[in-house]
Amino acid sequence: MRHIISILMENETGALSRVSGLFSQRGYNIESLTVAPTDDPTLSRMTLVTQGNDASIEQIVKQLNKLIDVVKVMEMSDYQHIEREIMFVKVAADNMEACASIKRMADIFRANVIDVKNKMYTIEVTGRPDKLDGFLETMVDHKVIEVVRSGAMGITRGSNALKV
Amino acid sequence: MKLSGAEIFIECLKAENVDTIFGYPGGAVLYLYDEIYKAEERGDIRHILSRHEQGAVHAAEGYAKSTDKPGVCIVTSGPGATNAVTGIADAYMDSVPLVVISGQVPRALIGNDSFQEIDIVGITRPCVKHNFLVTKIEDIAPTMRKAFYLATTGRPGPVLVDIPKDLTNPDVYKTEFKYPKNLKMRSYQPTIVGNKRQIKNALDMILKSKKPILYAGGGVVSSRASKELTEFGRAFNFPVTTTLMGLGTYPSKDKQYLGMPGMHGTLEANRSMHYADLIICVGARFDDRVTGDLTKFSPYAKVIHIDIDPTSISKNVKAHNPIVGDVKQVLGTLLGMMKDQKLKPDLSAFDNWWKDIEEWRAVDCLSYDQGDDEILAQFVVEKLSDITGGDGYVSSDVGQHQMWAAQYYKFNHPNRWINSAGLGTMGFGLPAAMGIQLAHPDEAVSCITGDGSIQMCIQELSTCKQYDLPLNIINLNNGHLGMVRQWQEFFYEERYAQTYLKSTPDFVKLAEAYGHVGVKIEKPADVEGALREAIKDTKRLHFLDFITVAQGNVYPMIPAGYGHNEMYLNKQDAIDDMKAKTKK
Repeated sequence: MRHIISILMENETGALSRVSGLFSQRGYNIESLTVAPTDDPTLSRMTLVTQGNDASIEQIVKQLNKLIDVVKVMEMSDYQHIEREIMFVKVAADNMEACASIKRMADIFRANVIDVKNKMYTIEVTGRPDKLDGFLETMVDHKVIEVVRSGAMGITRGSNALKV
Repeated sequence: MKLSGAEIFIECLKAENVDTIFGYPGGAVLYLYDEIYKAEERGDIRHILSRHEQGAVHAAEGYAKSTDKPGVCIVTSGPGATNAVTGIADAYMDSVPLVVISGQVPRALIGNDSFQEIDIVGITRPCVKHNFLVTKIEDIAPTMRKAFYLATTGRPGPVLVDIPKDLTNPDVYKTEFKYPKNLKMRSYQPTIVGNKRQIKNALDMILKSKKPILYAGGGVVSSRASKELTEFGRAFNFPVTTTLMGLGTYPSKDKQYLGMPGMHGTLEANRSMHYADLIICVGARFDDRVTGDLTKFSPYAKVIHIDIDPTSISKNVKAHNPIVGDVKQVLGTLLGMMKDQKLKPDLSAFDNWWKDIEEWRAVDCLSYDQGDDEILAQFVVEKLSDITGGDGYVSSDVGQHQMWAAQYYKFNHPNRWINSAGLGTMGFGLPAAMGIQLAHPDEAVSCITGDGSIQMCIQELSTCKQYDLPLNIINLNNGHLGMVRQWQEFFYEERYAQTYLKSTPDFVKLAEAYGHVGVKIEKPADVEGALREAIKDTKRLHFLDFITVAQGNVYPMIPAGYGHNEMYLNKQDAIDDMKAKTKK
C-alpha cells in the first residue's frame, strides 16, 4: 500500500542523506521525496512516499524516529489529509491542432500554460499525484519533451499538525 | 581564558571523566596529540597506543563492555579513520558506548581529494548511532558533550566526531571553553520508563501461561539489570536462556538456567523456545542466529518484548505485548507491582513444563569425550571455567572457539564475557582483552581465540608488551578456519576451499619475539597445568598454543532453514539428514 510520511528534522548538513541512506540500507523503496526548510529555519520538512505493508511501514516509522536528526514523524495516511504535487510538462505545440488540443486539456485539468516559446508549451499542473498521471496520459498523442515533478507533499486537515 | 581547539578537546575529556583513551597518531591529529602529550605529563589522561586503528577501537570496546564507562579512541584522517570502521561497525552492532574522534584535513582542503582525506562521516553513517563533522571551534565542546551523551544513553552505540586539523591549531583559533552542563535534544528523547498498563498486562500474561521462557540478551548487560533479571526469573521459577550477548546476566550454574539458544544453543534452550507458550524477551532482539527460519520459530508462543529500542520490537518476531523502556526500569516496575499486589507466584505452576525441559536437559547435549591423545577445544574451555570459577574476564574472537567458549564457560556475572556477536569480527579478541585488562589491572583476563582469528590483529601483541598486560591467550589451534570448514563439511561436500591454514606460524616463537611467554600444549594432561601457570603469572602475557583436534565440530547445531526442534547433536545426525535430503 502507498503511504505518505512527513518528517520534521534538524536542518543540518547530512540530515537528508541519513534519511535517504536509511531507505537504501534497509531495502525500503522511495517513490518520491521532497524536502525544504520550514518557517522555523532550524527545521526541515520532508515528505516521503513509499510502498509497504503495515508491518514494514511501522518499522520504517520507527527507524526514522531513531535517527538522531529526526524530530518528529507523522504518517499522513493515519489522518485526514490533503496531498498535492506540482508538475511541469514541456510539450511540442507545432501546429494549430496540437495547440488547441493541449490548451483544452490544460483547461480541463485546471492547469496553466506558463511558457510559450519556439513552438513549445510549458504547462504547470498541480494536484494529487494521480491527477498528474491522468494529465500525462492525455498527452500521449503529443510530443512530450520534458516532465518534471516535485514529488508529493501533504498536510493534515483541521487542528492536527506536525509541529515541534 | 581562551583555549585552542586541541586544549578544548582535552578539557572535554576531563569533563567527561575520561581517564584512558586508545589511539594512533597521524598528520591530522598532531595538534590533538600535542595536547595529549601534555595531559599525560600532567597525569590527566592515559593514552594507549595500539598497533593498528582497528585494535584501538576494539580495545576501547573491551574497556567499555567490561566497565560502566564509554570507550574513547582517537585516529587520524584517511586510512586512520577507515581502519577504525570495522571497530565502529562492531560497536554499532553490539550497542557499545564509544566516542571515536577522527582528525580531518583542514577545512580549506575538504572536498579537494587532499592527502589522507576521506569522507569518514559519510562512510560511517550507516554504522554509527550518530556522527558529526565539526565546522567551527565554538562547536567542539557542545559536540563532544552531545557525542558522550548520545553514546551512553538510550540504546548505547558508537558516535564519531570528525575534527578538521585547522580547528585544533593554536596559532589559528582560540575560544573560551564552556562545557554545556544540561543537554536537551529535542530530536532525541529515549523512552526509559515502560508503560504501566503494558507492564500490568505482561504480568497477566505470565500468570496465564503454562510454558513460559525468559529469554534475555545484551540489553540486560547495557542496562545493568542482571540483579533484577535474576530476581524476576527466580520469583516465577522461569526457565531462563540468555543470548550470546547476554551470557552472565543470569548465573550459569543456576538450575533454572538452560544455556544459550539458537544455532549452537543447547537442546533444552531451543526446545523450550520452540514449545513455549510465552516468550518473555528482555533486551534481546530475535537475531537470525537465535531464531533460524522465522516461519518455523516458536509457533505456539505469545511474545512479551521489553527493549529500549522500539525498532527491535516486532522487527523479526511480532510482539503481542511490546514494552519500550530501559530493561532495569521495566523489571523494577514489574517487581514493584508484584510487591504492591503481595503477589507470591506459585513456584510449582510450571512443574509439568519443567518435566519436559528436564527430559531435554537429560540428553546432555554438550557432553564430549576427552581421550588421552588429542586435545578437545571444549575441554580447554571447561578447564578454564573451572580454574577461574566462572568469574574471570573472557574475550573471544569469532568462530568455533567462540561458540565453545559460550557453551562451556559458565559465567556467573555480567560484563565478564566480551565478544563480537553482531558483526562477528575476527580479530576482536586480543585488542578487546587489552581494553579489559587496562580497565581491570588486577583481574585475570583470558582471550579465547583460534589460529585464524588471532592472526587478524596479532600486531597488538606488541601493545601488550608496551603496557605489560598479563593476558592469557588461549589459542585453540586446529590449523583450520574451523567454523567455515564445518559448514563446508556439512553443506559443500567436504570441499575445504581456503579453510586450511597451511603455513600457520610457530606461535611460541612469535609470542617470544614479541617479548611474551609462549607455550605449546599438545597433550590433554598438560592443559590444566598450562592454564594455571598462565593465570598465576600476573606479570607476563602467556600465549598458550593448544594443538586441538583438527576437524572438530560445534554441536548442537541448527542448520539454516531448520526449526528449533530439528537439531544436529552429532555428525551422524548431519549425515543421516543429508542422506534423507538427497533421497528426496
